[in-house]
Amino acid sequence: MQFQGEKPIFLQLAEQLEAGILSGAYPEGSQVPSITEFAATYKINPATALKGINLLVNDGLLYKKRGIGMFVAEGARETLRKRRSEDFYHDYVETLVREAKNLGLTLDQLIDLIRRGFYDVH
Amino acid sequence: MSIELQNISKTFGKTTALDQVSLTLEPGHIYGLLGSNGAGKTTLLSILTDRQRPDQGQVLVDGMPVQNNDEALHQIFLVGEQNFFPDDMRVGRAFRTMSWFYPSFDQDYALDLARQFGLPLKKKITALSTGYSSIFRLILCLSVNTPYLIFDEPVLGLDAQHRDLFYRLLVEKFAQGDSTILLSTHLISEVENLIDHTIILREGRVLRDAPTEELMANAYTVSGPSGLVDDYAAGRQVLTAHALGGLKTVSIQGRPEGSLPVGLEQSPLRLQDYFISLQEAEDQERKEGSYGYEH
Repeated sequence: MQFQGEKPIFLQLAEQLEAGILSGAYPEGSQVPSITEFAATYKINPATALKGINLLVNDGLLYKKRGIGMFVAEGARETLRKRRSEDFYHDYVETLVREAKNLGLTLDQLIDLIRRGFYDVH
Repeated sequence: MSIELQNISKTFGKTTALDQVSLTLEPGHIYGLLGSNGAGKTTLLSILTDRQRPDQGQVLVDGMPVQNNDEALHQIFLVGEQNFFPDDMRVGRAFRTMSWFYPSFDQDYALDLARQFGLPLKKKITALSTGYSSIFRLILCLSVNTPYLIFDEPVLGLDAQHRDLFYRLLVEKFAQGDSTILLSTHLISEVENLIDHTIILREGRVLRDAPTEELMANAYTVSGPSGLVDDYAAGRQVLTAHALGGLKTVSIQGRPEGSLPVGLEQSPLRLQDYFISLQEAEDQERKEGSYGYEH
């Protein structure tokens, strides 16, 4: 496995972990893999892995048990779900509207397209 | 605890291989030693391990001068192309021999790695294919447990699967926290996420020596219509400029600041692209006698 693209690696790792928590791959209360396991799997420097994981620790999504490892906090999934809904506006709606304006679409045309997409996509 | 290279110079006839190179390797880091062919990487590693003597300067390992100093040399293990075992020695026997020279050599671990890589223990070392010959030496280095591990083009001749395995094992070894690692390689894209400190050599001199993250935060590319890009690039330190029809891309040394004019796109550079840009800028400088392009 290898990280690609322009985003810093520690952010990509953090996103991957978040996705794992959201999908239930890392259930609340369960232990997540160690820094070494993440670093070895993705072939990244352990300091980078630590940086990514610390983002989730600082957000209260993961917590450390001394000498044992890192665990998914209770409520982490709900926190992430809420945050994702807020991000939806910034990540998708704003981008969508900006691109629509670039293309010279009117608001009505944009709404028509969204309506079409809403019924087309399953 | 560190390896210090102090002001090392080395010439071969009229060729200057190293020109006043000073570097420090400290624990807790994976260093990347990058440079084109003839940049001086191999000479530097030979001097580091007392296989060659510098004309000037010295190497200190944990404060001890490395010359003729077995104690200092035993702190370092360099894996390169050389084979220092007798020609007819078999792999398994070589592992046992290693334990005599290096008491910290972990034979069980070496055997485990040989299994993982599929390295036949009964084969003579000299009868191994190029790939397995590399693997044999990598296993020695991964199992030797000296404080400083130095890899010169470690994955030469290895297939994709074995390269992947090697990098994973290297991270695991490093994560145990007892080793300082130096990787000298041309395969920059394979190690760019591993090395937290980058050293770039060019024509025997240290061109860059900095934490990789810092290096990458200090360079970026901007692309867009030529005219707009030229306006933007004016007054900035441009490393390279490439045009594809009317679309121009420049790589810039410096931190991106403020927002970009509409029509331009900015993206970070990857280490390999940064390395290439630097080389091109230096080539250009030699031609023009000035840094980068004039705008």
